[in-house]
Amino acid sequence: MPLSSRHLLGLQGVPKEDIQLILDTATTFREVLERPIKRVPTLQGKTIVNLFYENSTRTRISFELAEKRLSADAINFAVSSSSVSKGETFKDTMKNIEAMKVDMVVVRHSAAGAPQFLTKICDANIINAGDGIHEHPTQGLLDMYSIREKKGKLEGLKVCIVGDIAHSRVALSNIFGLKTMGAEVSVCGPLTMIPRYIEELGVKVIHNIDEAIQENDVLNVLRIQLERKAREYFPSIREYARYFGITEERLEKNGKEVLILHPGPINRGVELSSGVADGLNQIILQQVTNGVAIRMAVLYLLGTLK
Amino acid sequence: MKTILKNVNLLHPEQKINEKGKDILLIDGVISKIGGLSKEDSTDAKVFDFSGKYVVPGFFDMHVHLREPGREDEETVVTGCNAAANGGFTGIACMPNTEPAIDSAEVVEFIKKQAANHLVDVNVVAAATVGRKGEIISPMAELREAGVVGFSDDGFAIKTSAILKRALEYSQMYNLPIIEHCEDETLAGGAMNEGVNSTMLGLPPIPSIAEDLIVMRDIIIGEYTGGKVHIAHISTKRAVEMVREAKKKGIRVTAEVTPHHFSLTDDAVKTYDTNTKMSPPLRTQEDMNEILKGLKDGTIDCIASDHAPHSPEEKEVEFDHAPNGITGIETEVGLALSELVHKKVLSLEELINKMAVNPRKILNLPVPKFEAGQPANFTILDTEEIWTVDLSKSKSKSKNSPFDNRLLTGKAVAAVNNKKMFYQDKFVEL
Ligand SMILES: [Zn+2]
Ligand SMILES: [Zn+2]
Repeated sequence: MPLSSRHLLGLQGVPKEDIQLILDTATTFREVLERPIKRVPTLQGKTIVNLFYENSTRTRISFELAEKRLSADAINFAVSSSSVSKGETFKDTMKNIEAMKVDMVVVRHSAAGAPQFLTKICDANIINAGDGIHEHPTQGLLDMYSIREKKGKLEGLKVCIVGDIAHSRVALSNIFGLKTMGAEVSVCGPLTMIPRYIEELGVKVIHNIDEAIQENDVLNVLRIQLERKAREYFPSIREYARYFGITEERLEKNGKEVLILHPGPINRGVELSSGVADGLNQIILQQVTNGVAIRMAVLYLLGTLK
Repeated sequence: MKTILKNVNLLHPEQKINEKGKDILLIDGVISKIGGLSKEDSTDAKVFDFSGKYVVPGFFDMHVHLREPGREDEETVVTGCNAAANGGFTGIACMPNTEPAIDSAEVVEFIKKQAANHLVDVNVVAAATVGRKGEIISPMAELREAGVVGFSDDGFAIKTSAILKRALEYSQMYNLPIIEHCEDETLAGGAMNEGVNSTMLGLPPIPSIAEDLIVMRDIIIGEYTGGKVHIAHISTKRAVEMVREAKKKGIRVTAEVTPHHFSLTDDAVKTYDTNTKMSPPLRTQEDMNEILKGLKDGTIDCIASDHAPHSPEEKEVEFDHAPNGITGIETEVGLALSELVHKKVLSLEELINKMAVNPRKILNLPVPKFEAGQPANFTILDTEEIWTVDLSKSKSKSKNSPFDNRLLTGKAVAAVNNKKMFYQDKFVEL
């Protein structure tokens, strides 16, 4: 059964069958990645553009690797903010790229809705690699994949997303995807970092980290942005670490086995204590491989759609 | 020249005129006779059959952005007036956020010169502060002498309470309103209304309290100074409630609403169409319900488009980066008839008050009269015509409207003023 949409713009509204299909396909590709020859010819002759308006080496490399493993031709197109300020618009750039007859565009952009905009002005399959504070669907799929790998299921699990929910593109993708798959989702963080209407998405709001630990099977801990703008939402890093940071003592005190995910890189001593971060190393490395497998699955499923 | 408008329904709520099937004789654009036309009257007259159509006092839009001077690529005084005539308006007031801002008599005169001899009367709203910077009040006495009808820093609220107080004190010497774009800058700066939709779309939110707070401030300072405050493009439930209460207390406050705020909610943003981005942003159903209630009970005095032309280069960008504003003067009457009259929010008479009578009263302008010897200043309505908005036919230089292809019931078929009629896509001399 093929995917129901020719783009992956977000996980909002993506049916359960599609998510299931992507996760299952990723399992197959995960095996490919364990082989000595990691390349499959499935997207031979397809051209994929990685259009990055924001610097995100990790996401870009993950997509690039996935494209190479599928034998597609990958073109990287990093747009510096300087060419934007020179007056070349998003639309101009896209029109230039389309002239190269590309099959798929992987786009990362600081403005929410930029991938939707692309679907209106070009014919390629569009894959959202993160748009503003909206969605980052492949990261959401990766998190679900990792949870399923560790816990064996998603349905009925209690998952809490911890951190700056309001300025995260990962949070929404997790919320939409996990809820579709039957998990119970909550968010935990300072109220200044929680969107006011998040509960209307069927999400519980917690602002006590101990409660979040006690009540959940999985904590998906977001990276706290430490630049000045983000820093206006909480009093100090020290205070954040003390009241929302996850430490070994905290985990021990609550005496509960929880699976902790983090998209990396970790701010040690802020959202996770050094000890907790050390314990996560193994999982984070696995997540890198899982990330390639998920992106291979998405590219493969979209690229072979009729 | 003699012109006969044949078999019309006359409706003028202020003059309590409601007559069906009359012929109107105009001589050189002046009303000569209403009804009782003789055979002689018809000789050599140009006859326009308007059977079943309503002749009402010419509509007036008190909130229009002409982009001249400064952005003539987006709109000029003339193209804006053409669009107004096509939308059924015989008068407009233009806002001062041009480049340079309308804060001197010279710019006012320039605009008046550009508008001379047009069917549409252009009235000028000048900046309330020099350069719209919110620091020093503009030369209001001189501007008034140059003919301005009000003051506004539209695009922003007047920056501080102190300057607003001064502006209201000074302007009331001339009984001119301060027209306020109510938005607390420290809370605004987002891209859409804060709500479940902004959360789902990942767009930076603007909370409704950004508007509420400034409306509250303005009412309080208005009451204290006794000046005239006009709330532009009201959009929140709480703001409507506050204006209602203020009016009950006898405070001199009036309010306008745009067609988009009574016909769209922030659900429309879901497509990331930048033609759904404006300031104030589209709000929720709850806000819209209160707006409809406010229109019905008289809290909201008038309807104004906030016609804001933008070039495609500016609008065809990422939602975050797009400028605020949509064109609206050509869809205004159709939306008002469809959404308000046909849905029984307002009677046709009430709509005429909100589109022809009240805006002129707020700006101290005379309301056109239906009697012999008066210049003909009419809007002619077909309340039942079903039509589809086609932006490619718009007379505005810009086409940034979310209403393209919208099916509407009722439209302005003609506008008559200054010895001219706009009818069937062209200007006719009378
Ligand atoms: Zn405004
Ligand atoms: Zn305006």
